[in-house]
Amino acid sequence: MSSADRNYDSLQEDISIERKMDTSRALDVGFVRLTLLLAGFAGIILIWVVLQTTEAALPAIQKFGLGFLFTTRWNPVEDIYGVLPQIYGTLMTSLVALIFAIPLGIGTAIFLTEDFVPKWITTPISFAIELIVAIPSVVLGLWGIFVLIPAVRPVFEAINRSMQWFPLLAGPRPRGTSLLIVALVLSIMICPIIVSITRSTFESLPRSLRDGALALGATRWETIMTVMIPAGLSGIVSSIMLAMGRALGETMVAAMLSGNANRISISLMQPGSTITGLIASQFGEAGRTQVAALMYAGVVLMVMSLLVNVLAEFIIRKFQNLQQAN
Amino acid sequence: MSMSSSAQLASQDIDISTGAISPIRNYSGKILTLLSGVFVAAIIIPLIWVLWDVIGEGVKQLSWQTFTETRYPAPGLTEGGFGHAIVGSLMVLATGAALSFPFGILAAVYLSEFGRGTRLAYLVKFSCNVLTGVPAILCGLFAYAVVVRGSGFSAFSGGIALGVLMLPIVIRSTEEALLLVSPDMRLASIGLGSTRFQTTMRIVLPAAAPAIVTGLILALARATGEAAPLLFTSFNNNFWSTNLFGPVATLPVMIYVFSKIPFEAQRQLAWAGALVLLALVLAASVLSRYVVHKTKK
Repeated sequence: MSSADRNYDSLQEDISIERKMDTSRALDVGFVRLTLLLAGFAGIILIWVVLQTTEAALPAIQKFGLGFLFTTRWNPVEDIYGVLPQIYGTLMTSLVALIFAIPLGIGTAIFLTEDFVPKWITTPISFAIELIVAIPSVVLGLWGIFVLIPAVRPVFEAINRSMQWFPLLAGPRPRGTSLLIVALVLSIMICPIIVSITRSTFESLPRSLRDGALALGATRWETIMTVMIPAGLSGIVSSIMLAMGRALGETMVAAMLSGNANRISISLMQPGSTITGLIASQFGEAGRTQVAALMYAGVVLMVMSLLVNVLAEFIIRKFQNLQQAN
Repeated sequence: MSMSSSAQLASQDIDISTGAISPIRNYSGKILTLLSGVFVAAIIIPLIWVLWDVIGEGVKQLSWQTFTETRYPAPGLTEGGFGHAIVGSLMVLATGAALSFPFGILAAVYLSEFGRGTRLAYLVKFSCNVLTGVPAILCGLFAYAVVVRGSGFSAFSGGIALGVLMLPIVIRSTEEALLLVSPDMRLASIGLGSTRFQTTMRIVLPAAAPAIVTGLILALARATGEAAPLLFTSFNNNFWSTNLFGPVATLPVMIYVFSKIPFEAQRQLAWAGALVLLALVLAASVLSRYVVHKTKK
């Protein structure tokens, strides 16, 4: 169908512009619809995960109700289940981990954004911090059991002896597996999260803020403390929320180092348990009711982590909007 | 010091370089600088400590036999390796990748190419970001509820758990990669008469390919180290199995199980497994960093 020998009359029938357009347009529209469908499905998966887990937990939710949250026993023999010790363990390990990680993370973020040392030193440091995120938690757990626990046991014993008056550190002689060691390893894991988000927050602050403070005579650290940190506060807070979300849901470290004790003990030096550790350590040999109860524990964990993550997400979005508005 | 001097001598007496900053302000700044350096060390030292022990203990056990033996040592015995756990890990990861990669890339294409700025795109991105923060163990509970309750422990259900885990990472990184492609290229392609399908397939995706692949590698690396979602999906297996619908051994689960057994041979195997895992994920993150570095230039 070369155009040279085509005459005017046959043009309309011969050239199949319409037909070609149809197939390629159909392909085009189909492709766009396919991506739309998959994107929509991706959006629904979160809801699916929530609903499916809740559905599996339904027998336990009906049987135990909200009392599940306040019962301190986990007894598969008598079918009495409650997760109060695990909720305590989850919250305490996350909070203590944050207490360690917040100053470390913010301090390191400042160190990496300010030019205290030349760039050839900060570049490998920030790379090393990224590597920490990549270490599988099960490897950290293994290291915790065989290296960290023996190493810190004497320190724990000394602290425990001299701090008997303080309920969080009291109790019989610590053996190592405890909520505190979980919190220590968790803080190693969550520091990089705080560092990376806080750092990018500092770097995204307008240069004029800093120049203004310096021109008014503030020292470098006065600028950091009174201008940079307040200005980047929402970024810092959201990094802390994300770190907390990670700490709440970390499983292997808790399952391997907490001691998985099914009773509540206020002291962090004693074996405890977290929701994740409970699920990981009990699921393998659980019967029907116990699986439902563990699913219920999973739902409790999900509610906690969704609250933290949704809050973090809102803070980040608000912060981004503010930045764009400026 | 300037108070005591007379007006005529002021120009000689006032030391501008130190006058404004009192020693307290000066020293507190120096102390804080030092403190931030100490904090950096406090973060880096655990990393070096972990690497030191994992490499030191892992290398001791690692031998050709560790990879070729396809059954775990029986309690009290030393003969055995984790060849079958590597194969099991690969099976679970491949299933997860097969489910999440095409799905995630196409969903990201919608977010970045066709639905940018729409309400749906906003909601999907929001939900993906929240899904990233959902604890990995809940992906395992989800896969348990969907698959395992009906058909028992299987490598396939482990793949579903890891797929749910990887999907939001794939979507996010792919979307970011697509946003880096210059709008001019899209306009030029459309201007030459190609459809959106052709533009996406022939222009945008190839241009973003290195960054997309980096994201995929990172998602795989993240999933490789996860034990929690596999504990009650792919479960564990002491022996060789390539059955996609039966339980298989995986490296992370092996490390967890052997860390609780009081036998030296198993413990050594756990360290060797940790070394293999660590080498894999560190190689992935070094590689991805290299690619990102190169594309930025």
